[in-house]
Amino acid sequence: MEKPVTRDPGFYVMVAIGLAVMFAAPLMLDLFTIMQITQYVVLSVFALSLGYIWGFGGILSFGQAAFFGLGAYTFAVASINMGSTTIPMVLAFIIPTIFGVLLGYFMFYGRLSDVYLGVVTLVVALIFWKLINHTAGPEYSIGSARLGGFNGIPSIPTLHIPGDPTAWLDPGQMFQVFMGFLIVIYIALRFLIASDFGRVSIGIRENETRASLLGYDVRKQKVVVFAIGGGIAGIAGAMWATYQAFIDPNSVSMEMSAKALVWVMAGGVGTLVGPIIGCILLQWLTLQLGTVDVVNSIAVLGAIMMILVLALPRGIVPTVRSLMLGGYFLWKRNHGTTIPGKAVKE
Amino acid sequence: MTKLSRRNFLRSTGMAGAATLATPLVARAQTDTIKIGGLHDLSGALDAVGVPMNQVFKLAIDEINEAGGLLGKMVEPVIYDPQSNMSLYSQYATQLALKDRVDVVMGGITSASRETIRPIFHRYNTFYFYNTQYEGGVCDRNEITLGTTPAQTVARLIPYGMNLYGKKVYTIAADYNYGHITAAWVKRYVEENGGEVIETEFFPLDVSQFGATVSKIQGAKPDFVLSALVGTSHMGFYRQWAAAGMKSEIPVMSTVLGAGGSDQLILTAEEGNGITASFGYFEEIDNPTNKAFLEKVAAAYPDKDWVMSEISEVTYEAVRMWADAVADAGTTERDPLLEVLTSGKTYDMPAGKVKIDPKTHHAIRDVYIAELQDQVFEIKEAFPDSPPADTQMVCDLVENPDSNKHFEISL
Amino acid sequence: MDYSLVIALEMVRAVAWLVLLASGLAIIFGMMRIINFAHGEFLMLGGYTVVISARHGVNEWFAMLVLAPIVVGIFGVLVERLVIQRLYGRILDSLLATWGLSMLMIGGVTMIFGNSVTGVATPLGGMSIGDYQVPRYNFVLIFAAIALLVAIWAALKFTKAGLIARATMQNPDMSEALGIPTRWVYMATFGIGSAVTGFAGALLAPMTGVVPTMGVNFIAQSFITVITGGASVIAGTLTAAGLLGSISQGMTFLAGPVYGDAALLLAALVLLRLLPQGITGRIFKKSL
Repeated sequence: MEKPVTRDPGFYVMVAIGLAVMFAAPLMLDLFTIMQITQYVVLSVFALSLGYIWGFGGILSFGQAAFFGLGAYTFAVASINMGSTTIPMVLAFIIPTIFGVLLGYFMFYGRLSDVYLGVVTLVVALIFWKLINHTAGPEYSIGSARLGGFNGIPSIPTLHIPGDPTAWLDPGQMFQVFMGFLIVIYIALRFLIASDFGRVSIGIRENETRASLLGYDVRKQKVVVFAIGGGIAGIAGAMWATYQAFIDPNSVSMEMSAKALVWVMAGGVGTLVGPIIGCILLQWLTLQLGTVDVVNSIAVLGAIMMILVLALPRGIVPTVRSLMLGGYFLWKRNHGTTIPGKAVKE
Repeated sequence: MTKLSRRNFLRSTGMAGAATLATPLVARAQTDTIKIGGLHDLSGALDAVGVPMNQVFKLAIDEINEAGGLLGKMVEPVIYDPQSNMSLYSQYATQLALKDRVDVVMGGITSASRETIRPIFHRYNTFYFYNTQYEGGVCDRNEITLGTTPAQTVARLIPYGMNLYGKKVYTIAADYNYGHITAAWVKRYVEENGGEVIETEFFPLDVSQFGATVSKIQGAKPDFVLSALVGTSHMGFYRQWAAAGMKSEIPVMSTVLGAGGSDQLILTAEEGNGITASFGYFEEIDNPTNKAFLEKVAAAYPDKDWVMSEISEVTYEAVRMWADAVADAGTTERDPLLEVLTSGKTYDMPAGKVKIDPKTHHAIRDVYIAELQDQVFEIKEAFPDSPPADTQMVCDLVENPDSNKHFEISL
Repeated sequence: MDYSLVIALEMVRAVAWLVLLASGLAIIFGMMRIINFAHGEFLMLGGYTVVISARHGVNEWFAMLVLAPIVVGIFGVLVERLVIQRLYGRILDSLLATWGLSMLMIGGVTMIFGNSVTGVATPLGGMSIGDYQVPRYNFVLIFAAIALLVAIWAALKFTKAGLIARATMQNPDMSEALGIPTRWVYMATFGIGSAVTGFAGALLAPMTGVVPTMGVNFIAQSFITVITGGASVIAGTLTAAGLLGSISQGMTFLAGPVYGDAALLLAALVLLRLLPQGITGRIFKKSL
């Protein structure tokens, strides 16, 4: 990440692949496959949000789904009330971002760190989950949107062209718009990470004390990183809500938060492509396992996760990258030592 | 209301786009088997309910194939495991409708899962059977709903309990859609029968410790407790109730216990004895169809660790009724099948006589009240030909065939 | 009067339950800085041990007090040897690996025992306090929690093994330098922590019954209790369980279980904000 983004060939390759998929896929694939890939695109945005704050800000959130769910519910409630989806999409970014600032302020100015920070984010997500599950009765409505408790909110409007609420997107167009979101967010994050701001974040991740002795306001920096991650997760939530046309408390659940952790972990902490690859791979696997009714899918998924952690502790992307860059020797030398972003300092 | 219908209209026009995109695939779907989709949770939190449903589902299909198939073709099940996860429900439903192009789908367990997949099948015109007892109110021409609703079960259970035990009722229910609606029905029926609900408490689905409630109920001194608790965590209530020695003090009735076919086995005999429930099917039902059915199930699954319950038996009914309609209509197209199914034909099923109400596409069926003794439900009373009166209040598919909604019946 | 007595008893029971639930996790976390995400499934395994062996005619109390801790303890040692020992110092990797383990255990137990296993009835029956009936079993839970804490305290304070454990806890490098085989200490710790969890699961089984997925509901609660308590096993678990248990049970009586749970979570949030290293990170620092 040291050299400018514009001089990194990998950056151009990734964007080119993204654009190619965005324009070619709807022409070449059938409707069902397009809808499947749309799901990976949405969840990849969610994975990116955690990949960014964890890999480039050293903030480990066990409750990233709180933002995902907040964005999803914001979008659902706002779009059902407004009948349009443009402003709700913006709100789904703004409200989780504001919440991220507040929660970040609460945590970082309280000097919470590592596991304790993780637990606070987990607890916040759990509170959300408890409360949203409790909204089954008709008294829990915001405008014309019933929150619906465990069953969630059905009939969430499909995305439409801004300004014209009658111009619904068909699944192919929705896929292209979402792919566009993913590419824009990826580019924005790459530039952000390479900026002065991003370098300070990485500096803090590497050594918090040193950064603060150098005069950087560590706490403020972390709050901003955390809030940006929250906002991106919020957008992912909104995309999820409109893609599925329903949203339920599962979007805030511990399972959802943990899934994001696993994707980032499997793909590789400290990269942006890693979380995307981890997400696609594991989601695809979950889906495939459900089509076999011989073995218990959950047991197999668990076994695969364990093996992944034991066999590829650094994640897929960093492992492949070092294989490609330095060849076997380098890999062998580095193997077994953890990279700094991954191990949480005690 | 106008606003809502405008949105529905826009939505359907939006979906027209999707339909155009899908057309070339429809043409391709000429296969030599008839495909029937099954969506039951085979792992995760709901597997105790989903596994028996799926086994009975497969048994019913085997039966059809052994008898030579349908329309000269074999029936091929396409089974997915949604792993008790709503997002997977939505994905597999899309997969069944668009990729596998099945002729009909059976499944969905919770109302949440049904409301996830029902709009998908409606959108892609994939015929859908929902076979679980639920809170009532689905009004969708594309769906046949065979399980019981509160007007069929709760309406019978409440007067039965009030006659036996008294007029003061304490309701405990699961804190989600089903629990809230059922609790509302309980209140209505109790009041209609001149009684009083002294307290209604809701519990999140993950609560398993009920010490506080057991004490609270004792303080309130009701004549009986009505439980609409759902799921394995909530089984803790019945245990802790028995452990406090309350079984001999205040009787308990339930709208859910026994629905899935494993609750009565999870509780020991002492804990479960005396709990009364009402469903459209119990193993005890004494008719030749049921006897033959149970023998067949026992032969096919000798190691099964579940009891036949309403939702599994109804799954069997669904496959048989659909197959009967296909044979009758000579096609698997939805509309001719619906015509046969809603023609007033009465089906002789293990549960008794079943027919489909053309107004709601729900079942008019025999309903039973039974009491748990030594892990087995003993039938106390039967109510033939009970209509889904609750859904009939809000839904008329003969008048409004385009209805596509889950009404929450307000009382 | 009777009612307040019943409420008080329920609150003490809730605290006792949190102590039982969290102790095993606290031992493992306090000593090894490893978060066992399969903690809930270890509980489940303890519960299954009781139910399955009781069905095969083993005395229920023997199964609860002896068999379950042994079975789960041995299982814990196996897990430590096969998985955990490769992950020391990597708190997150261990978390993810044990999360995978938890899914594997849920699936595995479902495949072996099926979904519906008849539970064992809660022993001892009910007793009356004035107009109210309460399970006698509540006192078993309370007594077991006290006994467990006393046993851990005595073991740490008075035995050679306890001394070694405390030394390793305070400074693993120094202990290693002094010739303590820390790897063995870790293995033993993980085994004992698992045994304690198995014991808790065994005590839980007669109250709630057993299903393969039962552990999921407990992991967050135990995790929060341990972290709120901080690094010291006994003082931390006891103070955190005391505070969180009474607050949540009090709220449950006042406003119902949702608010009880929410109150527990809010209390944990406030505590962690005020005491970022857990209760024993600031207060009772020197305690065990």
